[in-house]
Amino acid sequence: MTSEPAIHAPQKREYAGTDTTRRPWWRRALRWETGLVVVLIATVIFGSAQSSDFLNSTTGFYIGLNMGEIAIMALPLTLIVITGEIDLSVASMLGLSGAVMGQLYSEGWPIALAMVAALVVGALGGALNGVLVARLGLPSIAVTIGTLTLFRGLAEIILGARTITGFPTSLTDIGVVPVPGTQLSYSTVIFIVLAIIFGVVLHATGAGRAIVATGLAPEAAQFAGIRVKRIKFTLFVLSGVMCALAGILFTLKNASVSYDAGTGLELNVVAIVLFGGVSIFGGRGTIIGVVLSVIIFGTLLQVLTQMQVQPEVQNIIIGGLLLVSVILPNGAEAVRRLRARLRTGPHLAWGSRSQRPVSSSDSSLKTTEEKR
Amino acid sequence: MTTATSALGTRFARGGALLRAREVGIGVVLLLVFGVTTLHNHNFATASSVQQLLSGAALIAMLGVGETLVIVTRNVDLSVGSIVGLSAYIVGDLFKDHPGAPVILGFVVGIAVGAVIGAVNGFVTAALRVPSLVVTLAMLYIIRGLDGLIVNGVIITASNVPNAFIAIGFRTIAGIPWLAIIAFAVVVIVGYAMRSFRSGRDLYAIGSNPEAAALAGVPVGRRVFTAFVISGSLAGLAGALFLALHAEVDVTAGTGYELLVVAAVVVGGVAIFGGSGTVVGAALGALLLNTINQALVASRVSAFWNEAIAGALLLLAIAFDRWLSLRVVRGLRSAEGAHRDL
Repeated sequence: MTSEPAIHAPQKREYAGTDTTRRPWWRRALRWETGLVVVLIATVIFGSAQSSDFLNSTTGFYIGLNMGEIAIMALPLTLIVITGEIDLSVASMLGLSGAVMGQLYSEGWPIALAMVAALVVGALGGALNGVLVARLGLPSIAVTIGTLTLFRGLAEIILGARTITGFPTSLTDIGVVPVPGTQLSYSTVIFIVLAIIFGVVLHATGAGRAIVATGLAPEAAQFAGIRVKRIKFTLFVLSGVMCALAGILFTLKNASVSYDAGTGLELNVVAIVLFGGVSIFGGRGTIIGVVLSVIIFGTLLQVLTQMQVQPEVQNIIIGGLLLVSVILPNGAEAVRRLRARLRTGPHLAWGSRSQRPVSSSDSSLKTTEEKR
Repeated sequence: MTTATSALGTRFARGGALLRAREVGIGVVLLLVFGVTTLHNHNFATASSVQQLLSGAALIAMLGVGETLVIVTRNVDLSVGSIVGLSAYIVGDLFKDHPGAPVILGFVVGIAVGAVIGAVNGFVTAALRVPSLVVTLAMLYIIRGLDGLIVNGVIITASNVPNAFIAIGFRTIAGIPWLAIIAFAVVVIVGYAMRSFRSGRDLYAIGSNPEAAALAGVPVGRRVFTAFVISGSLAGLAGALFLALHAEVDVTAGTGYELLVVAAVVVGGVAIFGGSGTVVGAALGALLLNTINQALVASRVSAFWNEAIAGALLLLAIAFDRWLSLRVVRGLRSAEGAHRDL
């Protein structure tokens, strides 16, 4: 009688575990994304309570204008983080591609060709990351810290202390006017289109499943016939191209470019991806979550700026939000664990010694299964 | 398995040989960079130049030691740069408000600031089981924000700091800078603890396999917590030394150090996914990165080229280290025979 709950408790949890893994992705994801939606609604309510001008179509335009490039870079990073890797060179690639475009344009290249060149540079830079991580098997966090420095350095070599301006006004207008017929900035529209494509690829195609499988268990994925290395390589190239696109938009939006464009944005992009519920250990994450995360960050920063809150406080709020967002789900788990331990604790203490290793090895099996 | 081969095998198989080989690799690259630069510019090998090298590397080396403790347990601490900035400013502020405060108090306060933040990092990571990369990234923002609020545009300058404190930043003993001696002491103490103390070995066990370590009776949570507290404390100490070295602190102090430290640690052969690596390697990695930076300056390379070359060399160092460790593994395999391969 006394030992019964002790034996049953872990079993119950085991069923709960299998249940979670068998639910369709959207239901499992729903819980996190529901939380994000609640936070978003709260932010919007808070914002409109602060200022009557907040619920205004221009607010949406400015949020999109401020967040567009970061949001575009967050999409490929989401996929990379899901495969269990990371790309910290994104902001440096934004700077490098902008520098390439600016330099070529100032040398008399047609702007369209300069943009293509910037995208090619993005692909090459991404390929360098991809070769080092996927082919040579070097840790991506170290490699991309290296290319973060390298790309920024190349931008510095290209532009030196110069700032390139004088881009065609028909293009730099994207920094001031919305897409005709809407109230959205050009970068927002591009982001929306890309987000839909990324979402479909990740959640509804074999390639997307392969990406998730790669992150969950690289070796098992390899044995299942998934080309893990090729997937990782492709994603890094994709990331490079997307960051180059962000670099082009960033340059046109500001109508100028210098070598230090976008310095330090990598941490913002990483923060947004993680806040969107993408697991840093790989294998878990949704595009919807990241899109919500982008909107929340953008809205919050807009509210704080309108309230004329100091940038330092904005930093504290961003950090606090990120911290709370990871503590909440894990904290609930920790409380559950603690309660379970309190419940089973006395039984374990009374039970015979031989029971203890059995129950603990059971729980270890469970955790490895859950991980997979 | 004959006795001869198995004896050879076990001798080599004890991670120590492999790790030592990695540190030898960094040492070789270090000497190479140093030698080539000296050929270009003979002043690079002078005492004052070497002193500069050591002082500059000391801060990153100290942060690298703390970071190693954390990374070995399969975690990461990205908040060290922000801790350096906050600690440096708080210590500076202390001396500004209390000009007569003893020098030692500066260090105590700096370490305390770091220890408190490290404890927060450690508690959230270990007790709430939140991925440390996210926790410390969030703390990076939070501390930087707090720092900005405290600084509020007021910069600490050399006139605010007692001379005895600044002296630590440039004084030498027998030609060796104080900073380097302090960093060396930290490396020796922590290195010894990591190698010989049970708690130190526990860190490696946790990093190799957290579940197995827990089952083997290692107090995983407590050890990870301690690793973060030590990392934070060392970052706090580095903050106080930052003040001594630069004698000037504004809101940007320590910005970007986190990536520099992780780079140094990884170059130093510490596995980013935990379980292996030594603080000696991390310190050598910091010294190598700083030597590369100084070498570029000494070679009169245009300042615009510095960052790109530093980045390329960092990638080369990572690749070289990988190549070296693969070679060591291959050597072990041929020494042990194919049957022990799996």
